[in-house]
Amino acid sequence: MKVPEAHAHGGVWRAAGARLLGDPLSVTALAVLALIAVMSLAAPFFSPWAYDSLDWRHLGQPPGLAASHWFGTDRLGRDLFVRICYGLRLSLLISLLASAVSLVIGLAWGAVAGLAGGRLDGWMMRCVDVLYSLPYLFVVIILTSLFRRGSIAVLLVALGAVGWLTTARIVRAQTLSLRRREFIEAARAGGLSGAAILTRHVLPNVAGPVLVYATLIVPQMILFESFLSFLGLGVQEPQASLGNLIFGGAQEMESAPWMLLAPASLLVVLLLSLNLLGDGLRDALDPRDY
Amino acid sequence: MLRYALRRLAGILLTLFVIVSISFAIIRLAPGGPFDQEQTLSAPVRANLERVYGLDRPLPVQYLHYLAGLARGDFGVSLRQRDFSVRELIGQGLPVSATLGLAAIVLAVLVGIPCGIASALWRSRGAALAVATLTALGIALPSFVVGPLLALVFALHLHWLPVAGFAADAPRYLVLPVVTLAVPVAAYLARLTRASLLEVLRTPFVRSARARGLGSARVLWRHALPPALLPVLSYLGPAVAFVVTGSLVVESVFGLPGTGRFLVQGAIDRDYPLVMGMVVVYGALTLLVNLITDLAYGWLDPVARQ
Repeated sequence: MKVPEAHAHGGVWRAAGARLLGDPLSVTALAVLALIAVMSLAAPFFSPWAYDSLDWRHLGQPPGLAASHWFGTDRLGRDLFVRICYGLRLSLLISLLASAVSLVIGLAWGAVAGLAGGRLDGWMMRCVDVLYSLPYLFVVIILTSLFRRGSIAVLLVALGAVGWLTTARIVRAQTLSLRRREFIEAARAGGLSGAAILTRHVLPNVAGPVLVYATLIVPQMILFESFLSFLGLGVQEPQASLGNLIFGGAQEMESAPWMLLAPASLLVVLLLSLNLLGDGLRDALDPRDY
Repeated sequence: MLRYALRRLAGILLTLFVIVSISFAIIRLAPGGPFDQEQTLSAPVRANLERVYGLDRPLPVQYLHYLAGLARGDFGVSLRQRDFSVRELIGQGLPVSATLGLAAIVLAVLVGIPCGIASALWRSRGAALAVATLTALGIALPSFVVGPLLALVFALHLHWLPVAGFAADAPRYLVLPVVTLAVPVAAYLARLTRASLLEVLRTPFVRSARARGLGSARVLWRHALPPALLPVLSYLGPAVAFVVTGSLVVESVFGLPGTGRFLVQGAIDRDYPLVMGMVVVYGALTLLVNLITDLAYGWLDPVARQ
């Protein structure tokens, strides 16, 4: 593959961006994601229906242009297109926030452990090991089913609280290798405090691997959120999320297959493009293969 | 080696103890109780029930009592499914869940690894792209989408297999669940095998084996594959954990009488002993599988052995 021109001037990030945009698969994924995001935000304004309004004259209507139910309606006459858009919104919101929560915890934990070293590091990472050996979704399921079901805050805490472990490991490993480098030593010799070293030198240098991991964690969070909603532990009716829409569709798939196919295919497209974008980003940020 | 294994086993017991303690704390500190949903319960009846199950005693006492029971292999009795002990309930569901999970892993290994090898040896851009897309699709498709879709096609339209349900000696009820559970694992295994085999094929020792005039089949089987499959082996631990949680959904989609329902329903019902029993059984299972893969890894990998 040709080395992008940005390689010559511009920084690492610029070069990575150029490589990313040179990869057709990543560009397609990016475009699809943008389209989905715009649709989930803007589309409900173009439909006359609300996500919980019932249309008594069109119950279980198949997709079509009739009464502007583009994706059809469910048994109660609720417009599926609008419900999917709201479901997308909620799924994206929850997964992005949960990813952010888990990244922040993981970054702080890993960087402190790696920078502190010694006994503190040992204890902090032992905690991570123990939590790691738990069947992770078990904890989430127990948390969400015990506390107020359907509460988005509980969902966020449950997903974020258990998702930070890998981030912590990655960040700690990176920090450990950074700690022995000359520029950190120089900063320490220059009298910089631990906190300043952390924010000014360590965090910018672990940003790359963490960003790559973030693209993996977002689709995972979407998956977990819909998994929980599918089991009835996440977002509750009449609120829509992709998970409970798919659950509803699976109940009706014999007579109304569109109720399953529409949300399911959207979820798949969403996850697929996020994964492809993540792969592209990893290749772009890790130029060993070029 | 033996000392290492024993030390790890002790570590597992310690971890299990931590897991039990944390889960006990979470479950018991959550609001609500096992008898909340029975509206007609008068105060004396409720007090009696709580006394019978020992729920009126202070929490630390209950905790120690539970630990003592566990040490004897006693998981306690279910609070909501009267007349059943937790051991009986989990014992009923476990054979179904275990069959499902094992069959899925075997199927995933049988399909995923050969596909990965084939795609690493195939040196065309189109094939690489096809494999990348297919495996990405396999990984991205969640079981609760694959399951209903498979049921829609193979059960409702083609009528080849039952939609859902279970009968003890009718394997056809397990076909769709096993396939559903195996798809993501197979896709991940294929991807992992491909990446690691490609890396090994680039190393000098493979080149020198070729230079010695060995046939490409011999180079592949004797020299390249064994080291390439090591990272694949270490994925089996996480794969088991994945299958365990994945079977929760698959069992609910296909209406299988496995153990999955006990966790979700047990937690919603506040059936404390049942949830704790599930946590203990599956926690121990994942820890043991991780230990076994680590031991196998140490035994197979000459670098790790030293």
